[in-house]
Amino acid sequence: MEQALAQAGIHLEDAAGIVATGYGRMNSAYTDKQFSEISCHAKGIAHLLPNARTIIDIGGQDAKAIRLDDRGMVQQFAMNDKCAAGTGRFLEVMARVMETSLSELQEWDNKARTVAHVSSTCTVFAESEVISLLSAGTPKADIIAGVHKSVASKAGSLVLRIGLQEDVVMSGGVAQNRGVVKAMEAELKVPVQVAPNPQIVGALGAALFAYEAQMKKQK
Amino acid sequence: MAENVQKTAPSSREMLGYYLNKSYQDAIEGKARGELVCWASSIAPCEFCETMGIHMLYPENHAAAIAAKHGAEEMIEHAESMGYSVDNCSYARINLAYMDIQKCVAENMPLPDFVLVCNNICETLIKWYENIAYQLKVPIIMIDVPYNYEYEPSEWAIDYIAAQFEHAIEQMEEITGKKFDYNKYREVMQIAAESSYWWTKAMGMAAAKPSPLNGFDIFNYMALIVCMRGKTGCRDTFKKLAEELEEKIQKGEPAFKEGEKYRIMWDGIACWPYLSHNYKAMRALGMNMTGSTYPRGWKLDYDKDDIRSMARAYTSVGNNLSLEAQIDLKTEVVRTYNCQGVTYHLNRSCKCMDFLFHEMQTEVARRTDTPYITFDGDQSDPRNFSKAQFETRVQGLAEMMEQRKS
Ligand code: SF4
Repeated sequence: MEQALAQAGIHLEDAAGIVATGYGRMNSAYTDKQFSEISCHAKGIAHLLPNARTIIDIGGQDAKAIRLDDRGMVQQFAMNDKCAAGTGRFLEVMARVMETSLSELQEWDNKARTVAHVSSTCTVFAESEVISLLSAGTPKADIIAGVHKSVASKAGSLVLRIGLQEDVVMSGGVAQNRGVVKAMEAELKVPVQVAPNPQIVGALGAALFAYEAQMKKQK
Repeated sequence: MAENVQKTAPSSREMLGYYLNKSYQDAIEGKARGELVCWASSIAPCEFCETMGIHMLYPENHAAAIAAKHGAEEMIEHAESMGYSVDNCSYARINLAYMDIQKCVAENMPLPDFVLVCNNICETLIKWYENIAYQLKVPIIMIDVPYNYEYEPSEWAIDYIAAQFEHAIEQMEEITGKKFDYNKYREVMQIAAESSYWWTKAMGMAAAKPSPLNGFDIFNYMALIVCMRGKTGCRDTFKKLAEELEEKIQKGEPAFKEGEKYRIMWDGIACWPYLSHNYKAMRALGMNMTGSTYPRGWKLDYDKDDIRSMARAYTSVGNNLSLEAQIDLKTEVVRTYNCQGVTYHLNRSCKCMDFLFHEMQTEVARRTDTPYITFDGDQSDPRNFSKAQFETRVQGLAEMMEQRKS
């Protein structure tokens, strides 16, 4: 918290209201209110890209698809099950197996000639598949494109569950990886936009909730 | 207890504890005297055993009690080390482990002299019960209930089930060496019908606004309707509960002192190992579960003089209904209990429930205009549930319901 305040160059007293979101939301001593990441991502995206009707948010532990109505309200959402496949953690594991870093994945993806098949059902299965592909001599770039396709197919099924509606927007840290975005477009067969600073969309939404609450109080 | 009821007027909750405990104790003592014990699936007809004075125990319920008392994990690991796949229903894994160890954190259950299985809730039960019968070398009585692909059960299916009921009676006569007493049978059917009536009536009171019933209590009370439907103790407990709830309604006393902010329907089995967590997480958001399909689960109404009518009742239960009938049932629950949202428990154990979810939830949401969420869990394998994920989803549901209010 201190670090965040220092980086923003403000003091705790300067904050008129604080809203927490994400997995630690219930444990924060500073907050006035907590909102789920679902509502916060929806809020953030509705503010940044009002035409968005479908949000695909892939973060470290979660992947979710959210459908918005034309007022930017959450109509429906679906999230990954109790499994890391299709999340940022999955990409981390795969990057480690392939001795590269998260930030380099998209460059590798660019070099892919074909897309190798990597399972989307389980991180452990996928990890052993990747190792087999590597030992069979499959180019690293193709495997990485396969890993991206695997993430996209998992998130894509969440989207289909809630019903695909355009515009489709990606948020969350994984949206910074163009390889995943490209795979997502191929999966859904529609253009996929990336939110500006996708990794902070949830935080932006939380801030907007705090702002609105403050405005209401002042009225 | 019947005298006690009048003297000290125990609450329905006290009666629940007393009778549940008694059903296990009676079986243990009866077994020691040489009386027969039968293990049965949860919506198998209780009427025949009850008539013949056979103690009936319910492995599903027993497994749920073990899970609620946090004893599931070690039993499940034991079953898996015996070779049972993780894909088997966790009730089955717990029960098969119990059969091997014969010790658990809940009440102990004497081993059966025969088993009675009715596949009107799932097919998993067949192999599970065959396994018990094979290992313990005891007879198995099976009532095969075809799934209702049509909206109404077909006449041929009813004939087929009724014939099996008659055959089950003959099998029990053979096992016990006694004649089936049809007068006693009529008495038992009467009690079962009354139990079912009071159960449905008490559970139906959750429709009141605010609900006098904390919805999670349904999960506790249901043990009795599963285990003791043919006994007067069950009927009396639900009659008492109905009276208590009626009084609360008259006084306008809500189940939650702080008031209920949202009313939801819970679809699927409870997560027994996390019952209190789930309850607290929902209550913190002001969410009461007013709707569920449990009241209907044991609403077994039938004509006492007609075995075909009984067959119709036992084939018309939750999981055995066609998709269309299940959609209608759930739509009706949402409407009757004024639910503003629905929670679907995507249960790793119970595939037959899960497979209909997608169609069902989309259609129920469309018809009732209510949001829903799905969370991953398992009724009794604690490893298949994540508290934080559950909290996020129910909060998401609360936020969607709130938006719709404004
Ligand atoms: S939980 Fe599902 S699979 Fe297990 S016994 Fe019950 S109905 Fe069958």
